Amino acid sequence: MSISIAIPTALRQFTGGQARVEVAATTAGEALDKLTAQYSELRRHLYSDQNTLRSFVNVYVNDEDIRHQSGAGTPLKDGDTVMIVPSIAGGSTVEADVVTSMPKLSNEEIARYSRHLTMPEVGMQGQQRLKAASVLMIGTGGLGAPLGMYLAAAGVGRLGIVDFDVVDASNLQRQIIHGTKDIGRRKIDSARDRLHDINPHIDIETHETRLSSDNALGLIRNYDIVVDGTDNFPTRYLVNDACVLSGKPNVYGSIFRFEGQASVFWAEQGACYRCLYPEPPPPGLVPSCAEGGVLGVLPGIVGAIQATETIKLILGAPDTLVNRLLLFDAWQMKFRELKLRKDPACPVCGEHATIKQLIDYEEFCGLAPSQQPLQAEQIEITAGELKQRLDRGDDLQVIDVREPHEYEIARLPGTSLIPLGQVVARMNEFDSTREVVVHCKGGVRSAKAIAALQQAGYQGNLINLKGGITAWSDEVDPSVPKY
Amino acid sequence: MIQLDLNQQEEIAGHGERDYPFECCGLLLGRFGSRGEKVVVETYPISNAREETAKRNRFLIRPEELLRGEQYAAKKDLDVVGFYHSHPDHPAVPSQYDLEHAWPAYSYIIVAVRDGQREDFRSWEMEADRSRFNEEEISRPA
Repeated sequence: MSISIAIPTALRQFTGGQARVEVAATTAGEALDKLTAQYSELRRHLYSDQNTLRSFVNVYVNDEDIRHQSGAGTPLKDGDTVMIVPSIAGGSTVEADVVTSMPKLSNEEIARYSRHLTMPEVGMQGQQRLKAASVLMIGTGGLGAPLGMYLAAAGVGRLGIVDFDVVDASNLQRQIIHGTKDIGRRKIDSARDRLHDINPHIDIETHETRLSSDNALGLIRNYDIVVDGTDNFPTRYLVNDACVLSGKPNVYGSIFRFEGQASVFWAEQGACYRCLYPEPPPPGLVPSCAEGGVLGVLPGIVGAIQATETIKLILGAPDTLVNRLLLFDAWQMKFRELKLRKDPACPVCGEHATIKQLIDYEEFCGLAPSQQPLQAEQIEITAGELKQRLDRGDDLQVIDVREPHEYEIARLPGTSLIPLGQVVARMNEFDSTREVVVHCKGGVRSAKAIAALQQAGYQGNLINLKGGITAWSDEVDPSVPKY
Repeated sequence: MIQLDLNQQEEIAGHGERDYPFECCGLLLGRFGSRGEKVVVETYPISNAREETAKRNRFLIRPEELLRGEQYAAKKDLDVVGFYHSHPDHPAVPSQYDLEHAWPAYSYIIVAVRDGQREDFRSWEMEADRSRFNEEEISRPA
């Protein structure tokens, strides 16, 4: 296949003045090999002594950087153009200046990090960079667990952890940073103990708080990199905007059921989260992991990918997930990748950004209480009150709007199951001559069911069980398992 | 040898002073002569793409920016003949880092800026075997 290679001005002295060289090749790597075989003087300018492309040499195939394709393996078609494009770098100090200001490693640390130190991509300098680095982890849940443990083990010198929650039994299926003995403890305490156990040579800073528009910029300012391990849209937009405004990279991961996503959002180098998702989905459209479930090992994989990208950012690796969205499906065991582009019209990182400070993200995501008047009008009953009314023989119909597999796990006595998605179609099964109590796991889906029925014209009395079957287990009958 | 007029020297040194304490950078557009000598016709300032913390001692011109500069130059029938950058509070001498990242044939003009004032202005060209930089004579148009 005939490929045309465009030679930059500076290198034409090595190609006899030619601006274009024709070679036959099927991949970008092969084209460069043929070129440098023909003009051997070129090789030292394009390749380092380790035989890798120099970091300031960029190779484009038809206007697309091969780093965003398959690297040297990027396939070529007849007539394709390969361009060698220099990026120009320099600076006033030698690298040694930077290194001398780096923290030294003790002999104990050298022994600990030996598998890193033996790799040229890390080496002593890279390990010192890791030690000098600081990373803020938002959340110590499913993603934060493997992430924190691997960053601690890798020797990231200063780790900040932000969480406000306590360890619950339902966390342990995936949040392996916490153990059975930690149930009921503050997550930051449990996480700090585990991370210190893994690596006593690093500093761990705990922040027991919910990340908010008031504290985000102050927290993020003290760290080099932010890793988002949260599971809700308001925090995700908050982390993104705070990182864009602070100029910090945001290592992103998200999980749901069997599917995960990961990327690096760094406005200085590429797309941010808002370039990908300008608007949050309508509230309720995307269920949370608490509602929809998640495979316990999934955050292990996605969190480990986030840890990898964080370490690569610290090491200055060339091929990070900047401008790439990695999609993972554990059920099919498939990875896919989407190319991202910085959106010039992005409201936070675009050319004419309108967001200059943090906003109210609950409101932005449609979750502010004023936005949900439907729920305010609903009648609620507590688990204790329901128990009393059933005991005294009130004529109530109780409908469970969860999914059949949840019904298998735990159920209230004398209920019938009509999953949320079917309530309107099966409206005639609701007895409008009686009071109907509607329940789910925690009270959110049953409120949605009531709103949907009312909107569809249902005339009878509908009562929402506050806190769902979980509250029933807490307040009435602990023999009903919580999940 | 590289030829610059006073106006162009003023533009480069002024850019270095304006961007102090950060490093500035830009392209030199002009023509290559038959013996490798260069004549600068126009300077083309570029915004330093390095992150905030590294801007004091690093500059980076992204390939897309360079491509844009080359396209602009091509329209005017010019070539990119070199680059300029500033060394805030450092001499106008290339660093090891400069050498590791240099391309042959181009001119590398460095303006030293101390406490916000230009101090020295020199041009350099890399030896073809990448071993070192040689200082290059700066001439003025006759």
